[in-house]
Amino acid sequence: MVRRRFETMGMTGIIQVAEQSVRQSDVAAIFRLWQTIDQRFSPFKKTSELSQLNRGELKPEQLSEALKTVLALCEQTQTETDGFFNITRPDGQIDPSGLVKGWAIWQGAKLLQTKGYRNFTVEIAGDIQVSGVAQPGRTWRYGIRNPFNPSEIIKTLALTNAGVATSGNYVQGAHIYDPVSGQNLENVASLTVIGPNVYEADRMATAAFAMGEGGLAFIEKLPGFEAYAVLASGRARLTSGFDRLVLQTSTA
Amino acid sequence: MRKYSQITFILAVFFALVWWRDRHPEAANPIVGLPANSAVSNQPVPTSSSPTSIVTSPPAVTTPTGRYKNGRYTGISADAFYGNVQVEVVITGGKITDVIFLDHPSDNGTSDRINSQAMPLLKEEAIQAQSANVDGVTGASATSGAFIQSLGSALSQAI
Repeated sequence: MVRRRFETMGMTGIIQVAEQSVRQSDVAAIFRLWQTIDQRFSPFKKTSELSQLNRGELKPEQLSEALKTVLALCEQTQTETDGFFNITRPDGQIDPSGLVKGWAIWQGAKLLQTKGYRNFTVEIAGDIQVSGVAQPGRTWRYGIRNPFNPSEIIKTLALTNAGVATSGNYVQGAHIYDPVSGQNLENVASLTVIGPNVYEADRMATAAFAMGEGGLAFIEKLPGFEAYAVLASGRARLTSGFDRLVLQTSTA
Repeated sequence: MRKYSQITFILAVFFALVWWRDRHPEAANPIVGLPANSAVSNQPVPTSSSPTSIVTSPPAVTTPTGRYKNGRYTGISADAFYGNVQVEVVITGGKITDVIFLDHPSDNGTSDRINSQAMPLLKEEAIQAQSANVDGVTGASATSGAFIQSLGSALSQAI
């Protein structure tokens, strides 16, 4: 079992590989990939390709294939979510962060997959791709953090071959907002989405969170997705199949 | 530097939010469903009411004791992303034991339990701390626990 932490994109990345032999270079390759993605997509780095695009310094034909791919994925996601996923900020700049993070984690996980690993987790700042098992016969266990008390978890998920992402109001500022009203919908404190992979979970969590209380109904209608919403009132609302993902304990 | 600018930004958002809520006290009432101590009333709401938005109306009856009377209660129909939503809540032993979404109640007055084909059935529960024997945690990455707690308490007072 190998567990490595990296600082990347201003966040913490964690990679766990639960196999007998793990080459450190395979793990380090993910970190290098993420640094490349950060150089290209960071809205904070003035030299990033994204910043150059936002300053109008790049023509469409000058864009890299990676940026073109991400912009196409953003457009597709916007359509699939009835406009609730929207990378255009109120100031007119574009910020695809709501998709790039999940996409970057998924690219990292695929890197491990192509090198033959089957049992691992790849995470950036609480969004996770889970593959295989933690030990023979024991699935990966992930807690959902209490948005009102970060030192506490309020649910334990038993996961294999799935992606998890949480969108919240209180972190990363207001990078998620309702494109219709322009307001942050503070009634939902955090929304955790479990999907077929972390890319899908992340983009749908971003969109569903922007829908406010309607977001959970949106996830309910997506095949292969479940969600857990913590409301500002301190209560939680869950999709109909969510309980199947919760760790069953012998005392329950 | 990045950390300070993030915190400054978050605080700015927070104060903007407080300011906005001061200017829009009606927004303190949530849009849909069953926030803990407002939308579940002791009095049954007539089921035959035509769909109306409750966005700007205060809760009809509040239950400051937090203990509800047993029975089934139908909520007001409220505007949501996929059209109007109306829920029925089942109270057993003074607690919420089920939340049922009613399918377009104005159509024929029936109260079918809806599956994912129409309006989904979404359950509600109180959040509860768990033991922390896990491989990791999902959640919005914490910037400041005090900030989160402060905002959480402020919002809960606003409901």
